[in-house]
Amino acid sequence: MKINKDLILAIVAVILGLMAGSLLMLVAKSSPVDGYLYLFQGGLMNIERIGNTLATATPLILTGLSVAFAFRTGLFNIGAAGQMLIGGLCATAIGLTYAWPKPMLVPMMVGAAALGGGLWAAVPGWLKARFNVHEVVSTIMMNWIAYWTVYYTVPAYFKGSFMETESQRLSQYASLKVQWLTDLFNDSYINLGIFIAIIIVILIAFVLTRTTLGYELKAVGFNRHASEAAGIDVNRSIIISMTIAGMLAGLAGVTFYAGYASNIQIGILPSQGFDGIAVSLLGANSPWGVLGAAVFFGLLHTGKGFMNAMTSIPPEIADTIIATIIYFSATSILMQRLWDKLRKKIGGAK
Amino acid sequence: MEYEYVVEMLKIRKEFPGIVACDDITLQLQKGEIHALLGENGAGKSTLMSILFGLYQPDNGTIRMKGKEVSVANPNAANDLGIGMVHQHFKLVHNFTVTENIILGIETTKGLVIDIRSSAERIRELSKKYGLKVDPSAKIADISVGMQQRVEILKMLYRNADILIFDEPTAVLTPQEIQELMNIMKNLVAEGKSIILITHKLKEIKAIADRCTVIRRGKYIDSVYVKETSEEKLAEMMVGRNVSFTTEKEDKEPGEVVLRLENLSVRNTQGVLGLKDFSLELRRGEIVGVAGVDGNGQEELVQSIIGLKRAQAGKIIFNGADITNHSIRQRIGKGVAHIPADRHKHGLILDYTVRENLILMVYHQEPFSQRGILNKEQIHQYAEQIVEQFDVRAGQGAASSTRSLSGGNQQKAIVGREIFRDVDLLIAVQPTRGLDVGAIEYIHEQLVEQRNKGKAVLLISLELDEILDVSDRIAAINNGELVGIVQANQTNENEVGLMMAGVKEGVSA
Repeated sequence: MKINKDLILAIVAVILGLMAGSLLMLVAKSSPVDGYLYLFQGGLMNIERIGNTLATATPLILTGLSVAFAFRTGLFNIGAAGQMLIGGLCATAIGLTYAWPKPMLVPMMVGAAALGGGLWAAVPGWLKARFNVHEVVSTIMMNWIAYWTVYYTVPAYFKGSFMETESQRLSQYASLKVQWLTDLFNDSYINLGIFIAIIIVILIAFVLTRTTLGYELKAVGFNRHASEAAGIDVNRSIIISMTIAGMLAGLAGVTFYAGYASNIQIGILPSQGFDGIAVSLLGANSPWGVLGAAVFFGLLHTGKGFMNAMTSIPPEIADTIIATIIYFSATSILMQRLWDKLRKKIGGAK
Repeated sequence: MEYEYVVEMLKIRKEFPGIVACDDITLQLQKGEIHALLGENGAGKSTLMSILFGLYQPDNGTIRMKGKEVSVANPNAANDLGIGMVHQHFKLVHNFTVTENIILGIETTKGLVIDIRSSAERIRELSKKYGLKVDPSAKIADISVGMQQRVEILKMLYRNADILIFDEPTAVLTPQEIQELMNIMKNLVAEGKSIILITHKLKEIKAIADRCTVIRRGKYIDSVYVKETSEEKLAEMMVGRNVSFTTEKEDKEPGEVVLRLENLSVRNTQGVLGLKDFSLELRRGEIVGVAGVDGNGQEELVQSIIGLKRAQAGKIIFNGADITNHSIRQRIGKGVAHIPADRHKHGLILDYTVRENLILMVYHQEPFSQRGILNKEQIHQYAEQIVEQFDVRAGQGAASSTRSLSGGNQQKAIVGREIFRDVDLLIAVQPTRGLDVGAIEYIHEQLVEQRNKGKAVLLISLELDEILDVSDRIAAINNGELVGIVQANQTNENEVGLMMAGVKEGVSA
């Protein structure tokens, strides 16, 4: 029942966001019908573009999951961007250093990304457990530490052949891209990351609902004191929660830097980290909701270029639509009240 | 007089999903009376009053004031009609002063500036008129709970309310504060106000109310004159059966020692010793009551036994083993059960379902989980048994959100959870706080049953009646120190009262 209500609210938010977007298109003196036609065509019209949509959605699924998982356990992880960046750096470092065969190298890169991201989030978790430092503050600071770490590490150890501002390109043996998948989707960016993301969605849904670990972590998120009195180690729970959230964001890093792209750039905090908050919000913090929301955002991101090419609508409109949808899902409480009132009125008339 | 009643609620009906909260309830309030509204937890008292206060709209029925039909759309409308309510949980801004809290929402201004001074002056006058003794410039955070309640009363008076609703006002007060509150209420009716008192404490009704309306499970039972009705009769009307006020228990020879506290010292939250050199033995088959005024070391005592606080010095021996430095979980596993004083803070996870709360102490053990995976089937069965055996009433049974349960049913869930584990030591802290006579009787019976089964029960309560009624031995605590231990059947209220005040003389046994 609850899931259905969240789904309805998410769909209403999306519809309202699209309506707001069409108003903007009208202001830009374009036809919203054309605009949306090309926007969705751009993300869906052939197998290659569908592949790109999924490839774009992959890191969003994982960062969204990272934020949602932390949120379900009472923590606010603003640091997905930094954790993702570190995850990407660790994966790139392994991928550029070792010349192992692909079936060995790629799993090592994935493991390193999870480890790096997890470590990056474990620090704020430990600070909160030990000194009660708020995780919003510490994760943001960790973002910048990640930013500057990449800024100095990449040019010093993994400098690219042409550009000072990016790492060398990963070889095909160190890439999540695989030939059969690329062929299947007609040369799209899609890579093994999408499978990682889906497996992780299933795993996290399982952990949250069916395991003692999920039960403990959620209990601590809801009520620290009662959990402590019940014998749950509250500090340990907080650190574990943050570490898992960080590992998820770290995995987003490997799917992005070694899957969607094939090298890491300096001076950029990945926007997917922050988009993860929006994905989590629209997905009502549920793993399956996150999957749906991330694919939808992936679709808008992929389609906006095509829309811009075919019409005079600026691509920023797509970002504006995303922003509007976030506003509507953030204020979904209001819509719910409106809905309840409406239903009561109809019910009262009987 | 052109009207007989200042407020009439006639045939009020209100349904919530799965439950009829109010089933054609009628309540008529005369001018200048204190009218008690009596009912068990979850009987529909709060719903009825929320309807009068405009928080809910009735599905059926009419509300009349001074003979005229009115509709109360929201709390603001209720204010305009002269209805004020003191909620059980106060609605005050803690870092504001008394005056700032009272004028919040209806500030009078001088130009652009709030006119605090004249407001404070009016509050002082009101306070004086009704004998409230409130300092308008004090900060809420600095004044006692009793004083905070008076601020809530002043809030209503400042808004010129004539009909005052008190929602279980004595639940949070000490005996002295209760006495003072009663005097205040008498002053209020003497000045022409009318009061509806929501309560389930019969003593208070007898002491102060003129008439009493009884409701049971959402149904109207009767309205009676308090003077002509005995406490037993009121209790019977409320619960629907005979209620005994004393707990039956046969004599029992206590067995071996379960818990031994040796010279225990524990720091309180301020960092000074809240419990000093405290020694006590607790045996199988006995209930030891700890009597004391609030804040005299009870919290430190309980928290050190269950492991929430570290002992500064001394030892805790449980079934012969030293558990002084054991973790909370180890102690739970060894057989310490705990009914906490604050069920919302330490007892329950309100956002979890009843089922999830019932496994809070055992979820990590077989058969409820194996290798970290929860076994839903086993959990269902276990929760179902507790819900049934302890009569936890909820709209959707064990699947209900715990938040949606009435206080009494939440407490039953905790009591059920702890007793069902069948362990050697049960620590019950204020187990009947805020509950009605039916539920109190039930919980006392449960404690005695545990004792009869050979468990050791440690009862900590601020209610001396409860301690005297249920305990086998009574330990009096004052200022963190054990004053003395007496046999319950060889002592009386006076002696224990003196010991609670720290007087050691006359200690028998």
